[in-house]
Amino acid sequence: MEINTQTNMHTIKRKNNINSRKLKNKVFHGFLILATTMSIIVLALLLYQIFSTGFKYLSFDFLNNMPSRFPHKAGIKSALVGSIWVISLTALFSFPLGVGTAIYLEKYSNSKSWLNKLLQINIANLAGVPSIVYGMLGLAVFVRFFNFERSILSGALTLTLLILPVIIVAAQEAIKSVPDSLIQGSFALGVTKWQTITGVVLPYALPGILTGTILAISRAMGEAAPLIMVGAAGYIAFMPSGPMDSFTVLPIQIFNWTSRPQAEFQNIAAAGIIVLMALLLTANATAIILRNKYQNRTD
Amino acid sequence: MKSQGKAKRKVHLGEFFIEKALQLFAAISILTTIAIIFTLFQETFIFFQEVSIIEFFTSKMWTPTLHPRNFGILPLLVGTMMIALGSSIIALPLGLFTAIYLSEYAHKKVRSVVKPVLEILAGIPSIVYGFFALTFITPILQKILPQTQVFNAASASIAVGIMITPMVASLSEDAMMAVPDSIRQGAYALGSTKFEVAMKVIVPACLSSIASAFVLAISRAVGETMIVAIAAGASPTLTFNPLKSIQTMTGFMVNISLGDIQHGTIEYKTVFAVGALLFVITFMMNIVAKLIVNKYREEY
Repeated sequence: MEINTQTNMHTIKRKNNINSRKLKNKVFHGFLILATTMSIIVLALLLYQIFSTGFKYLSFDFLNNMPSRFPHKAGIKSALVGSIWVISLTALFSFPLGVGTAIYLEKYSNSKSWLNKLLQINIANLAGVPSIVYGMLGLAVFVRFFNFERSILSGALTLTLLILPVIIVAAQEAIKSVPDSLIQGSFALGVTKWQTITGVVLPYALPGILTGTILAISRAMGEAAPLIMVGAAGYIAFMPSGPMDSFTVLPIQIFNWTSRPQAEFQNIAAAGIIVLMALLLTANATAIILRNKYQNRTD
Repeated sequence: MKSQGKAKRKVHLGEFFIEKALQLFAAISILTTIAIIFTLFQETFIFFQEVSIIEFFTSKMWTPTLHPRNFGILPLLVGTMMIALGSSIIALPLGLFTAIYLSEYAHKKVRSVVKPVLEILAGIPSIVYGFFALTFITPILQKILPQTQVFNAASASIAVGIMITPMVASLSEDAMMAVPDSIRQGAYALGSTKFEVAMKVIVPACLSSIASAFVLAISRAVGETMIVAIAAGASPTLTFNPLKSIQTMTGFMVNISLGDIQHGTIEYKTVFAVGALLFVITFMMNIVAKLIVNKYREEY
């Protein structure tokens, strides 16, 4: 009888304890959901704010007009063309450089050598340098030292250095994922190293490399600070026709409009943001499609 | 036979040159670092021949473009720290809790919604957050606290915080996912609730990675430019009031570069001196982040 009560008391006590612990868990769970939903709410608010201010102002004229002092006449043609110029050149420079470095690090240099380690540490550190510092580098090296002036070329070279670490790391990951059996098979056929790389390694790693490159380039597309440092102008009323022309890009044009006090300029700034985000979304969607295709193949 | 040997040698020569070319590509990343350090510190050195280093770090006035010129970096430094602190208050807990949720609680389906949302947030250009801060966050702040100025540190801090939250979340989540499942299962087998597993087992296990993620995120906030250039203002006054207009180091650099600065002028050198300080601060934070991980990592 006595023993029975004791066990009963024990069960009751334990029950109480587990109830409070379960409650704690539930409260915490709710709290976590709240914290996580914040991100979704913020994204929704941000998109709503941009579309509600800018959507009405989006038109064919807006895409096809030059910037202007009058908000209703202003357009983003020169900024859009400037962005396309800068980004195309950036892609052209950064892709071979990034992939080449990744190939060197993964397939040529001995991963235990001091040079390889130095390169890896260096690349990791470069990825953490604020983008505006790259702008100062571009100003000192490309604009002044190489005398490229405040041109599209200077801007593209600056952005190339900015996104190079990202591309290198992505390409390294992709190259690492190539099964060794394929490479050994190629060597067994008497194929040289470089032929193995171009014939076996790169085709296999290409979707991964492209995904990383596209994401890096879409980051470059949204950058304003480094290009302001190298002297991209806020107001360009002509079409750039070559890499040595002065230029502006979408983010700088948006910045320019945002910093004006008149409310109407805020509206066209929002319209400009919609155009920029549409471009980024297209790039990211391409990257995701590539990634999915790639994942399916390895499965 | 002979021609075959020639072809072989040709192939070998090609292979040799390709390796050298790739080596050259790799050298560019080293050259970039050298060039950054060299250009920043060369101009900074010249700057400090004209401005005393003591004035730079102790004076409370920053008026490099107006006469009389004053070169006290403190207002910019305090402004930058305010943004870093304010954004941390938002991003560190939000990011960490999101990471715990995604790694320990969330159903697969929820993850497949939340992860892309975070990726989108991480991919939005900072100029867009700047616009959001100025046209959305600031008006709300002004409604709650009417003394809020149009440009203020609080609004920019919130926007920077939103921007770096995905970074904290994804770095912390990666660390939590890397904790072996056996440890988790062991804790569950002892009768732990999810809360106990998360807070007493998983988080302590990857504390070093979380700390390093925090440091990296703060370093990112310190170097963030466009949000503060748009929303935080351009008045380098020494204040600790987040509702007032301030200026950060990055904000100053952008602001002065919008005008046409000529090489050799004191303005040009000032930008490089501020840039060098910014580089040193973020570089040290990145090193600290790496040291934390290397030193305190738990190996499984």
